[in-house]
Amino acid sequence: MIPEQVIHEIEPAALRERTAAYRRDGWRLVQICSTTLDVFELSYSFTKDDRFEHLRLRLPLDGAQVASITGEYFGAFAYENEIHDLFGIRFDGLKLDYLGNFFKTSVSKPFATSMCVVTGGKANG
Amino acid sequence: MGERTVIPFGPQHPVLPEPIHIDLVVEDEHVVEAIPSFGFIHRGLEKLVEKKDFHEFTYVAERVCGICSYIHGMGYCQAVETVMNIQVPLRAKWLRSFWCELSRAHSHLLWAGLLADAFGFENLFMQCWRIRETVLDVIEETTGGRVIFGSAKIGGVRRDVDNDTLKRCAAKIAFAAVEFEELKKVFRDDYSVKQRLCGVGMLSRDDAWALGAVGPTLRGSGVRTDTRLEGYAAYGELKIEPIVETACDSYARCMVRMHEITQSFDLIQEIAARTPEGPVFEKPSGYPNGEYFARLEQPRGEVIYYVKGNGTKNLSRFRVRTPTFANIPPLLHMLQGCELADVGLIVLTIDPCISCAER
Repeated sequence: MIPEQVIHEIEPAALRERTAAYRRDGWRLVQICSTTLDVFELSYSFTKDDRFEHLRLRLPLDGAQVASITGEYFGAFAYENEIHDLFGIRFDGLKLDYLGNFFKTSVSKPFATSMCVVTGGKANG
Repeated sequence: MGERTVIPFGPQHPVLPEPIHIDLVVEDEHVVEAIPSFGFIHRGLEKLVEKKDFHEFTYVAERVCGICSYIHGMGYCQAVETVMNIQVPLRAKWLRSFWCELSRAHSHLLWAGLLADAFGFENLFMQCWRIRETVLDVIEETTGGRVIFGSAKIGGVRRDVDNDTLKRCAAKIAFAAVEFEELKKVFRDDYSVKQRLCGVGMLSRDDAWALGAVGPTLRGSGVRTDTRLEGYAAYGELKIEPIVETACDSYARCMVRMHEITQSFDLIQEIAARTPEGPVFEKPSGYPNGEYFARLEQPRGEVIYYVKGNGTKNLSRFRVRTPTFANIPPLLHMLQGCELADVGLIVLTIDPCISCAER
């Protein structure tokens, strides 16, 4: 049976603590996803047995910055470098930092703006 | 301690069908560190969701990759259907599973051929791809395509396949399955295959889990997991037992895929025999408004499709986390301490699909 998906809304300051708790309890990091709305919405997904949970935090579009979780999950370096290159979000304490050279994009931060931010009930574009 | 040298591996390399670059720091013949580079073919397909109608985007999703194209399209549809609360007809679900298993079988056979080619077993390579042709013929007969199936559709499937055709295709697959069992013996028992794979590219169970490995890479390290157990498409009606090997080396990952081909061939028989009659499409109405993380099992492992709708024809976000992307950190771990000559083989054992990872 497809498990129910639980999304926990958290403050950015609580990210490392919550992630460390998942790590201690033996959860696997599934992915990190960023979405551009009127803020950046970051989703961290974890799984264990048949459970599938997400941490959700929001960051301002300008100067977005959040703690890296590579201390807890080293494999997160790929997601964090990807998000840095596509969205321009900075990750403090990133253990393997490509300094913006993970993806070779022709446009800087191509995903940092969205044509689909809803204004007055209709999407732009 | 020998002098350290940096040897570039890729982006163009005989064992790599697609471009990835790895800087290998070596001491004598031992790799002490591996640092990957990506982005040679990054296309930004996810961004197109802001311009394409959410129905049209199915075509884009199918083109994320040429090997697992159907599952990309289907995963996207499944995520949107969940957001829109669409009840997909039963027959469509069974057909989806049928094509998923064909995808898995042909992907693993393609990989097995590439692996054989990488360690110089040319005849084995040719036999793998010969059997794969039968699978591709069945895909062509049931969808009209050999690479892009074009059969995924929000609300069901784009075309029906009559039961007689399903049974005829199942008979062809049964014949291929018999031939494949002969081939599997070579992978399982041949001295030269074992020489190249056993004890190479070790990834312990704990490391695989902690580094986020998925699919055969994770199951080859002894972790019993398979997203099909969640029961999406028709898998809730089928008996799925994850294939697990515990040796944690390249041979274990190879054998997981070998057994999964057999499993897929068996599932295809069962699906062809049990697919119920009925419609294959439920017309969606309205626009998606909400979000969902769909989780499916691709040939390379667990894949995530995230969609976020805003009540308009364009989605706010479509995101794919492909299995290859998840298997990069475990790969770097496997490469540390290996022999330089084994690098190509170890890279292949995660079955890298770079066009997926750089969608």
